[in-house]
Amino acid sequence: MNTIAYITFRGMLGRRRALLLFILPAVLLLLSIGLRVTGNADLDTAAALLTQFGLGALLPLLALLAGTGVIGPEIDDGQIMYLMTKPIARPIISTTKYLVAVALVVGFGVVPIFVSGLIMNGLTAGLASGFALGALVGGIAYCALFVALAVMSRFAVTIGLIYALVWENLIGRYASGARTLSVRQWAISVTDLGTNATSVTSEVHGSTAVPLLIVLTVLGVAVAGWKLRTLSITGSD
Amino acid sequence: MSVLELRDVSRWYGNVVAVNGVSMTIGPGVTGLLGPNGAGKSTLIHMMGGFLAPSGGQVGIDGQRIWKNPSVYRNIGLVPERESAYEFLTGRQFVRSMAKLHKLSDPGAAADRALGMVEMLPPADRAIGTYSKGMRQRVKMASALVHDPAVLLLDEPFNGMDPRQRLQLMELIRKMAAEGRTVLFSSHILEEVERLANHIEVIVAGRHAASGDFRAIRRLMTDRPHMFAIRSSDDRRLAAALIADDSTRGVELTAAGLEVEAVDFRRFTQLLPQVARGADIRLWEVSPADESLESVFSYLVSS
Repeated sequence: MNTIAYITFRGMLGRRRALLLFILPAVLLLLSIGLRVTGNADLDTAAALLTQFGLGALLPLLALLAGTGVIGPEIDDGQIMYLMTKPIARPIISTTKYLVAVALVVGFGVVPIFVSGLIMNGLTAGLASGFALGALVGGIAYCALFVALAVMSRFAVTIGLIYALVWENLIGRYASGARTLSVRQWAISVTDLGTNATSVTSEVHGSTAVPLLIVLTVLGVAVAGWKLRTLSITGSD
Repeated sequence: MSVLELRDVSRWYGNVVAVNGVSMTIGPGVTGLLGPNGAGKSTLIHMMGGFLAPSGGQVGIDGQRIWKNPSVYRNIGLVPERESAYEFLTGRQFVRSMAKLHKLSDPGAAADRALGMVEMLPPADRAIGTYSKGMRQRVKMASALVHDPAVLLLDEPFNGMDPRQRLQLMELIRKMAAEGRTVLFSSHILEEVERLANHIEVIVAGRHAASGDFRAIRRLMTDRPHMFAIRSSDDRRLAAALIADDSTRGVELTAAGLEVEAVDFRRFTQLLPQVARGADIRLWEVSPADESLESVFSYLVSS
């Protein structure tokens, strides 16, 4: 395995916060099993759970944990110096870390969302695969955003939480303009494209959501690389 | 053989000037970067290590710019002051990872060689989180040496080390220098620099205060006027007796006692007890008033 990726994975999975990576998908899977066992896993309920909890909470929180966690703590405590004092272009460091974040989101977010869909409805109406696709593209974009934030600011987790909870969940509920600039809505839009379930509807059209997802991803990865290239680490004086 | 060169380097943060117009050339051998805490040593080392852009001037190695030029790290090994390494890795995993990042042909052998140099082979398979401060310092050193760099930058390497660990590290640094490497280490402790460096650069308040052979600078430091605060059974008579000798430049009688400025440190310290005994004056307290490193450094700056 690539050395930067190896160190990053070890750092992410070896810390106590890794528990959070396991807890969120476990909650989703338990809820899905509960609905299935109690006979409440109809298409509408399943779509509501996957939209509200899967794409609305699990995905952004996981991406926030992974996206900021792969690089933020290393910058804060100076460990990033060990990677930066190598003859490696610094954008390669940030991009590798971004890919680790995406891999974690796929493992702990996209796969559980797919399995949750399968538990509740099998392959009916392409619900499971549609949500998995939406979660994948949403996760890719979220990670780019959060990795860039982590390189730019010490307060990346707070800013990310404000974005996911206040902007997407609260302001987005009342202001339609905010919904246009919401990764969550873009992910729902892509899910809508991938499933026949009528209960999945997005306020942002696919022709808007897909380009915006691409732009955010490219921009996030580029900004993280550019910022790391010129990152200043100050000493004790 | 590599040479670090700083030309008129400045670094400021907003309105605060951390480093001001510093020029120096650092060649093979051990160079000590000496200065009080907060003088700008770390800022300088960070600029030499490529973690900080100079606000003005140039920092280079063998004619190559360091800032935004990762290829220079083939020749530079850096041991940062901050203690944290990847605590979840074992010493061997850490150093081997660094070797792999340098794309060495046999990272395992390079890691073992570097760990051997710092005598860290026996605990190499323990997690870094379980190491003592000295062991961490040595494993960091191994990670900086793994690619056999020509230049080694060490930021306050002796901080927190016990005397035995200090001696070991000093021995290692001397060995590195004897092999033709350029070793620069920063310290705020005069004795450390004295024991190790054949060349020193003194930084005070962001400015380059002195440069050169340690002994010459040390002489400057000991030959400077010394201030003493003295309390005795008869301050006025003691003042008169002291000022009569050439070793004393000035005496001030204050409410707390005497403040004496001595120009010849050695002569004054021999004279004082003799004068007191001769005049039958009891000395209650004799204390150097300006022995802090900061005052020594500020004297250097003004001289």
